[in-house]
Amino acid sequence: MVTSATPIDNAAAPPAGLRTFVQRLRDGDQIAHIITLVFAATILLITSLLVYELWINSGLSRSKFGLMFFWTRVWDPVSGDFGAAPFIYGTLVTAVVSLAIAVPLGLAAAIFLAELAPRRLSDGIAFLIDLLAAVPSVIYGLLGIFIVVPLMRTVVGPALKSTLGFLPLFKGPNYGVGFLTAGIVLAIMVVPFIISVSREVLLTVPREQREAALGLGATRWEATWKVVVPWARTGIMGSVFLALARALGETMAVTMVIGNDPKIATSLFAPGYTIAAVIANEFTEATGNLYLSALIELGLVLFLMTFILNGLARLLIVATERGGGRPS
Amino acid sequence: MKKVVLMASLVLGLAAISGAQSGTALLNAAGATFPYPIYSKWFDVYHNAHPNVQINYQSIGSGGGIRQLLAGTVDFGASDGPMTDEQLAQSKVKILHFPTVLGAVVPTYNIAGVTGDLNFTQKALAGIYLGQITKWNDPEIAKANPGIKLPGEDIVVIHRSDGSGTSYIFTDFLAKASSDWKSKVGTNTSVNWPVGLGGKGNEGVSGLVKQTPDSIGYIELIYAVQNNIPYGKVQNAVGKFVKADLAGVTAAAAGSAKDMPDDFRVSITNAPGATAYPISSFTWLLIPAQIPDAVKKAVIKDFLKWMLVDGQNYNEGLSYAKLPKPVIAKETKAIDLIQ
Repeated sequence: MVTSATPIDNAAAPPAGLRTFVQRLRDGDQIAHIITLVFAATILLITSLLVYELWINSGLSRSKFGLMFFWTRVWDPVSGDFGAAPFIYGTLVTAVVSLAIAVPLGLAAAIFLAELAPRRLSDGIAFLIDLLAAVPSVIYGLLGIFIVVPLMRTVVGPALKSTLGFLPLFKGPNYGVGFLTAGIVLAIMVVPFIISVSREVLLTVPREQREAALGLGATRWEATWKVVVPWARTGIMGSVFLALARALGETMAVTMVIGNDPKIATSLFAPGYTIAAVIANEFTEATGNLYLSALIELGLVLFLMTFILNGLARLLIVATERGGGRPS
Repeated sequence: MKKVVLMASLVLGLAAISGAQSGTALLNAAGATFPYPIYSKWFDVYHNAHPNVQINYQSIGSGGGIRQLLAGTVDFGASDGPMTDEQLAQSKVKILHFPTVLGAVVPTYNIAGVTGDLNFTQKALAGIYLGQITKWNDPEIAKANPGIKLPGEDIVVIHRSDGSGTSYIFTDFLAKASSDWKSKVGTNTSVNWPVGLGGKGNEGVSGLVKQTPDSIGYIELIYAVQNNIPYGKVQNAVGKFVKADLAGVTAAAAGSAKDMPDDFRVSITNAPGATAYPISSFTWLLIPAQIPDAVKKAVIKDFLKWMLVDGQNYNEGLSYAKLPKPVIAKETKAIDLIQ
């Protein structure tokens, strides 16, 4: 992991007066080396401990349900039948909906703030956005319950039904809570991340890139969209995956607006459930070893999902870098 | 590095010493959230009367309380549902159940144009939660509510999403009200609900009900009373429609006191008696029958005696129903089982 790098070792023997000083410096170096190594190793340790604990404690459920755990649609604590399918589905759907809303919105806002807005306005708004990113999720949940849910039931839902109602996505009764509402609340929560990080990345694009594009006769928009944004692509994707990670793991705000019903439904109006939400809801009162074990296995599944999605993200970044954009 | 290790061991050592040297009897307990307000009141009052005794109660949920008790990390636990035989078998020592207070669950609803108290037959509640009764003007609801004009709208069913004693009591009642419920769904702190939306906590359920037109939910009586949430009457075992109040809950407990088993693990939903409210339940303290630490044993026994006599006077101020007298007498005898 970390290789020992002590260039002072190779220096020629210093004069006697300096030796103690060098010695001290080298000691300091090594102390710093060890301390940072320990801290870096802690990350690895915590991650492996987490996986180990989840793996061990979900043993009962893993041996009973095996791979069927991923496909089973039933979640019945009374009969002891547990399956993760509705929760995996709900987690993915809400994350996709939230990104579908948040990415265009966040990227457009970031482009405006970095490229078009006067610097002072841009800095002021960026400060507010950072504030938004620090708001606790339960506050967003309350916002969801008191504002988004009634709005969904009375305005947005009926409007979608009358215009796009022929799509299976917008069929069925609209309670105000459900996949779409959860996705919207999540989008509101993750948009600050996308704007904040993307704006920073766009600001680091060298001035010469813009000037060169403009010099070649590009319009301002062409320079932005064809030169600046591709240059910053890796960083922008980074912001999107940060947003995705938060959307996958968000618990409190989601459980307040998703309806908490473990069913797989095509309609975005239908109530659903996510992995994080069901763990938060049922863990404290879970009696019986199998029940507890199944909840812990859900945690393992969530970990696996984030792992896979992060892996895909890395691959995507590598692939797009090869395709051009920023020279690296 | 050595210094760090030394410092760490020093800190740990100090912590251990300070823990061991405390002169007071410090008891740890964990469990149900439903009785938390009354428990914290009791432990506080008891602490004031006995300054050397301190009881820490963590309201982590009944399931958590049972798990911690089985793991031996707390001195006693608390639960809204009695422990199952399977759970009792896992314990190294015998565990005794002591009913402490009573609670009840009430149906709350939001129907445009309906202001009075609705009457719910047992069949109606079970049918609604099974998804068999889907309209408010269903004959099963309408026949119990003459004179109230019910709309022909779809019923939006709302239940608790988090595992809770409230759901346990409610599903226990439904299982007695309907054989369909018993065979298809069953009784637990969380179940596989046939229909409906889940709200987190009493506040989540009542919030959803308030916001959603034509909805029905169930919440704890104490929560409904404290927040002035209107609720309906429920048909009891003898066919009377009873609006939940503390007297009705105590009546339900008294009604089933005759058949009280010696281990107090009893469900009092649908109890006999004309005034008994049918969706009522005890909540229990879970106490090991053998307590090796003599000081702790004395404290627990004394606290239980105090709780059964003086403690009960604090119940109604916090909207919990009192234990009926026969149950108190039986429990007082059971305290001697703690060795």
